[in-house]
Amino acid sequence: MSLSWVFSNAGSLNVEALTPKTVTMNDILQGLISAFHLIVTLDPDLIEISLRSLYVTTSAVAIAAVIGLPFGCWLAVRRFRFRRLTIAVLNALMGLPPVVVGLIVYLLLSRSGPFGVFGLLFTPTAMIIAQVVILTPLIASIAHQAIRDLWAEYHDLLISLNTTRGQRIRTLLWDGRRALLTAALAGFGRGIGEVGAIMIVGGNIDHVTRVLTTAIALETGKGEFALALGLGFVLILLAIAVNLVIHSLSKTEVSGRW
Amino acid sequence: MVGSILPLSLHQVEVRKRGKRLLGPVSVAFPSDGFTMVMGPNGAGKSTLLKTIHGLERTAAGQIEWNAPQQVVRARQAFVFQSPVIMRRTTRENVAYPMIVRGMQKRAASELAQSWLERVGLADAAERRARVLSGGERQKMALARALITDPELLFLDEPCANLDGSATREIEHLLQTAHTSGIRVIMATHDIGQARRLATDVVFLHKGQVQEHTPAPEFFENPQSGPAKAYLNGDIVE
Amino acid sequence: MKIALMAAVLSACMGVACAADEMKLAVTTSFHNSGLSDVLLPEIKKDLGLEVQLLVVGTGQALRLGAAGDVDAILVHSKQAELDFVTQGNAPHRTEIMYNDFVLVGPSDDPAAVANAKHIVEALTAIKTASHPFVSRGDESGTHKKERALWHAANEDPTTFPSDWYMAVGAGMGASLNAASGMSAYILSDRASWLKFGNKGDLALLFAGDEALFNQYAYLPINAQTHPHVNDKAAHALENWLISDRAKDLINGYRLNGEVLFIFNAKP
Repeated sequence: MSLSWVFSNAGSLNVEALTPKTVTMNDILQGLISAFHLIVTLDPDLIEISLRSLYVTTSAVAIAAVIGLPFGCWLAVRRFRFRRLTIAVLNALMGLPPVVVGLIVYLLLSRSGPFGVFGLLFTPTAMIIAQVVILTPLIASIAHQAIRDLWAEYHDLLISLNTTRGQRIRTLLWDGRRALLTAALAGFGRGIGEVGAIMIVGGNIDHVTRVLTTAIALETGKGEFALALGLGFVLILLAIAVNLVIHSLSKTEVSGRW
Repeated sequence: MVGSILPLSLHQVEVRKRGKRLLGPVSVAFPSDGFTMVMGPNGAGKSTLLKTIHGLERTAAGQIEWNAPQQVVRARQAFVFQSPVIMRRTTRENVAYPMIVRGMQKRAASELAQSWLERVGLADAAERRARVLSGGERQKMALARALITDPELLFLDEPCANLDGSATREIEHLLQTAHTSGIRVIMATHDIGQARRLATDVVFLHKGQVQEHTPAPEFFENPQSGPAKAYLNGDIVE
Repeated sequence: MKIALMAAVLSACMGVACAADEMKLAVTTSFHNSGLSDVLLPEIKKDLGLEVQLLVVGTGQALRLGAAGDVDAILVHSKQAELDFVTQGNAPHRTEIMYNDFVLVGPSDDPAAVANAKHIVEALTAIKTASHPFVSRGDESGTHKKERALWHAANEDPTTFPSDWYMAVGAGMGASLNAASGMSAYILSDRASWLKFGNKGDLALLFAGDEALFNQYAYLPINAQTHPHVNDKAAHALENWLISDRAKDLINGYRLNGEVLFIFNAKP
């Protein structure tokens, strides 16, 4: 991976005489320097894995939102027998360790598993599937909480106007869009930083399934802390950039007087 | 035009929540025409009565009889709440919403909403977020949102409870216009002066029971029931 | 620029679908960490037009991936497990390719005095006697299996060791080296991972060269009879390439920090 030369450049700033105490600070500094190098030189490998990170997580967030937002909303509006149990399960699923999700998805997609014939293991699609499983409960749960409050507010009016359940869900989804956007962004934040599941189902194959987080894990394993940290900073910048872009596109933080 | 949903009558209607009886048993009849004021001290069950007739509260016992099938009945009435529900939309979109729900095209609904905003004097606020409206403006918007569906029966639950004098006057004027145009009004109020100005008849509630249902002039001159007398005298009625 | 980015995304996402010929090869961390794969893969691509996608995992996981048919071949270093793998019908045969060696790494002041040991068994016994912290991979990897075999050769059973000095971290080579570095502990590492490791801290190479530390790598194509979807053709083409003189020159010629890492020993 051509990322390594950047590290050797950054590494040339290493001062051998530093006392052990300052080594940690030095690592962080070198991390910043290598992040800077990676970005200003538009390192092709960095761009590739960043785009793949974005592709995997945005696809997963989009699918999880299509499933999770209406489901969370439906849970808020509909009264049924196992509602409490469903909500409890949903909240529990939110805390599901990604590694477990990764393992389950791996076993399902493995050639000897039930969906092996599709040959999806170790592809970005497998990574998206795993992230959808991780993100859907999170998005549904946040959506449910937001919509529940909005529903309490709108309840009398929507009942009075004789709305159908579909109309109620559509109205609540539309009027609650800012909170739902926050839910989706929370999903994005969790997805873009997730490594446990996509490492297992993606395999961290160079140029095929390597993303920012798995690259960070790889470089950490090599003891290349500065490069790993540099990639970490890139990841943070990417997450901030996506949040800013989404907020400016939706103008939610400007017209904030909801 | 379909036949009227009125008259309407309640027979031994009861509403309970968590084992506690909030209303009833109530038997009362509302003829096709009039401006009925539902009066009574706090906690007498005024809101509950209105919401029960409108269908927002489930009855524990008794029947509500209309002159039309349920489907028609629900579509021909509107309700204005004490503190209006403000949707997170512009004022015009708030008013157009009931028509959108009824399947009207967005554009037509928007135009109709604009004409109603003009009638209630809110045309300037059409594009503004409804959340930034003042209390009086909110209630006028809620009134426009109720009237846009051309209801036969209009419920109002203390619409002027939190408003100043001029806003109250505007609302009362709009209500009188609505009544004159043939809308049946059933309204809860706390304000004896307002009842005197608007009512054709009064239903007086106390502890969830109808104490009397009397034509307005008679009620204010010579109330039949003890609690109503005390209430009109300005005594504290428990 | 925009188009270039789009193209990059598309090729990144669909690379699997449109490349000419490709296969998945599960390899051990030590092989990948050596950097040898960075030399071999481009040459393979040049010679065979074959894109080899590496899944870098421990030997234990590599064997599982192979048994499930999720990869087309594996390159691992754990002889007994490989023989079992063939016996179970997961691979038609195993082909020895090359070997490298393990090294014993530890704190530079060498409190257990392993540097002067005559052979590895003596070195390990010294660590046990001193009860000095020792980090074990503990992940069923080839390195872990090798380490256990060495303890057994010293008539010791590592499962009975107290955890106050024998620490099974259950992690890959890099993470284990990080742990050893943080705790100034002894650790058995393959030479390549050690040389490439960037967080050596106070650690130093203390003992190497015993023949018992040699580490044989073998290539096992996955049985196409039980897993008809595997790219059998590519797996065999790669095998023939790996035992060729071309591979021999590249492997024997590979240097890391001036040191020879691998000795080619395939029998064509």
